[in-house]
Amino acid sequence: MADAEVIPLGTRGKPGRGTGNSKPSSAARNLAGSGNQRRKPPAQGRPEQPTEQPTDQPTDQPTDQPTEQPVEEPAVQQPAAEGRTPVPEAEPGPVEVRDRMPETGIPVGDWLQAIVSAAVETFGDRWEQRLAETLAFLRRRVTGDFDVDEYGFDVEVTERFLLAAIRPLKEKWFRIEVRGAENIPTDGGALVVSNHSGTIPLDGLMTMLSVHDHTGRHLRPLGADLVFRMPVIGELARKGGATLACHEDAQRMLCGGELVGVWPEGFKGIGKPYSERYKLQRFGRGGFVSAAIRTGVPIVPCSVVGAEEIYPLVGNVPALARLLGIPYLPITPFFPWLGPLGMVPLPSKWLIEFGEPIRTDSYDEGAADDPMLVFNVTDQVRETIQQTLYTLLMQRRSVFS
Amino acid sequence: MGRVVLVTGVSRDVGGRFARRIAADPGVDRVIGVDVTPPRSDLGAVSFIRADIRNPVIAKVIAGQEVDTVVHMSVHAAPEPGAPVSRTTMKDHNVIGSMQLLAACQKAPGLERLVVKSSTAVYGSTSRDPAMFTEDMGAKRLPRSGYAKDVLEVEGYVRGFARRRPDVAVTMVRAANTVGERVSTPLTDYFRLPVVPTVLGYDARLQFLHEEDLLGVLHHATLGGVHGTFNVAGDGVLMLSQAVRRLGKPSVPVPTFAFSGVSNLTRQAGVRGLSGELTGLLTFGRGVDTVRMRSVLGFEPTYSTAAAFAEFARSVAPSPVPNPWGPVRRAPAPAAVGTTTGDDRG
Repeated sequence: MADAEVIPLGTRGKPGRGTGNSKPSSAARNLAGSGNQRRKPPAQGRPEQPTEQPTDQPTDQPTDQPTEQPVEEPAVQQPAAEGRTPVPEAEPGPVEVRDRMPETGIPVGDWLQAIVSAAVETFGDRWEQRLAETLAFLRRRVTGDFDVDEYGFDVEVTERFLLAAIRPLKEKWFRIEVRGAENIPTDGGALVVSNHSGTIPLDGLMTMLSVHDHTGRHLRPLGADLVFRMPVIGELARKGGATLACHEDAQRMLCGGELVGVWPEGFKGIGKPYSERYKLQRFGRGGFVSAAIRTGVPIVPCSVVGAEEIYPLVGNVPALARLLGIPYLPITPFFPWLGPLGMVPLPSKWLIEFGEPIRTDSYDEGAADDPMLVFNVTDQVRETIQQTLYTLLMQRRSVFS
Repeated sequence: MGRVVLVTGVSRDVGGRFARRIAADPGVDRVIGVDVTPPRSDLGAVSFIRADIRNPVIAKVIAGQEVDTVVHMSVHAAPEPGAPVSRTTMKDHNVIGSMQLLAACQKAPGLERLVVKSSTAVYGSTSRDPAMFTEDMGAKRLPRSGYAKDVLEVEGYVRGFARRRPDVAVTMVRAANTVGERVSTPLTDYFRLPVVPTVLGYDARLQFLHEEDLLGVLHHATLGGVHGTFNVAGDGVLMLSQAVRRLGKPSVPVPTFAFSGVSNLTRQAGVRGLSGELTGLLTFGRGVDTVRMRSVLGFEPTYSTAAAFAEFARSVAPSPVPNPWGPVRRAPAPAAVGTTTGDDRG
């Protein structure tokens, strides 16, 4: 295409003129002066060449002399296309290539070293073994060769991804201090009952992680059906060990010797305004107590301080929430005003305390159907958590430290 | 003296195999197979009577042949492959047929046992389901259409029958999704699709029952005569994503709202295997508790859910669509694939 007899518009076929009307710009003259000796042969008579020059010139102008060379390259290639021999004469070409080479040619040894040090960085000293484990893990995931329990709990994914992902949040962001972890039974069924707060149920995740890090057991949360109705979240919840908060599932899990977590306040708890922080809401109908009595497992009260401050809920849009089918639509000092940035939780200091287990195995089977007893035990659990919350609040120096 | 067993739905593969199997049992004298269409396969020692169970003539068969055990296997999820049967006809066959059969049973004084092959589809699939349904629990949202509703209605009639004829031992077998080389149900057809659409953002828990175990449990129930309703499924659960990966097939996540539309489109395009009825199951899944199957019915399935599915996966032709995960999974497959592809429709 370069050798076609194109007479560009605007030059009236006159070589050496950019626009054809006026004198070449100073930039063009500068360029002509500097590249004189090489411009000579091409100037012998291709009409295209002048057109390329003017278009090149404006871009050349701001740059200084040495960098001009590559830009002039097209002009030099012109005779090459024409005569097909003068290619070697194009001196700047090889020079340029020699410039580029060192950039791409990082020695293989350096690469290896970089990979190894990256591996050591991520996996620690025994990185070869860890890397092999990771690859085996990936292979199992890809081929579906892993097991889930009947609730859809995927231990591997939970330990490697879900818990690992929130661990920095627990340790670096909320700096969670766990007390009374020895009150969690090391084996057999138990019911952990906790207060609920924070607009988004992060406290549940943090309690799960704390329990796992301190006892090695997995806390199996019971979630509202809204959780399982929502895409992605429902899937992750099941994979993370959650199941629906209903009598059947609670009893089934407790009978199976699992450590089950419940948040009886539910949406009333996480969706309460900031002004009501650390005031426990109603504990449902005490269903969790009757499940514990039926299965004879201890109830471990758990008090979480700090979660109230992560998203201070100052407003709610009930109409919009109803429209979206969610229990509340939070407005915090930062959300939705700052958009996604408003979803960053405030770095409050957290304290989680597990209280003395409340035993239920002394009651007989029929006690679960005695509403008075169930309400009494529910109140006892609620009072314990409320008192512990007040104590912890007294001990906390400030919200953020 | 052995038993005289009447089996409905013998022209289907599972029904025919069950009739042959029960006929070979020394405790059974005679097996009478009943269906609307003649069976395509050899029924062996089974005597076939061509009769429509929607017709009162079935009463004469039961009375005339001195039948003492009826095995009702004629509630189908989908028409046979290739048979252009509308949904209305299916429903007619499932529900009216069962009603007629039960009416005939009620009039048969010699009847001692009734075994009904039901399905765990009666539990439905919603986000409010407990993890594991026991036999005493009902669906959280009653199925309003399709096979699940048929099964629900049939079960209602069977319960009515059990009340009116307390002398008959009625065994209702709620079988989980049956898989196997020769099984053709909406779910197995779904897994045989070259590219498997899944529901975006959800991963269903599924349970499977191997076809041999289905025959086994019906056999067991026919001879056992245990009264009651029993969930029957292989042990353990498999996530849908896991199942698809074990098949080594690529999957395409489709948003919930588009899933039914996509399945209708594919059906109109003549692709068998995606049915709108599956949407619920593939979104929320379903698990059933099988304690009573072991403790009361006394049946132990040979295949777990995972083993049943592995057996099924061996018979499924690999996807023609190149799959990035393919080589890992494909390795053990080729030997089995060549021999079984022809039987897919079985």
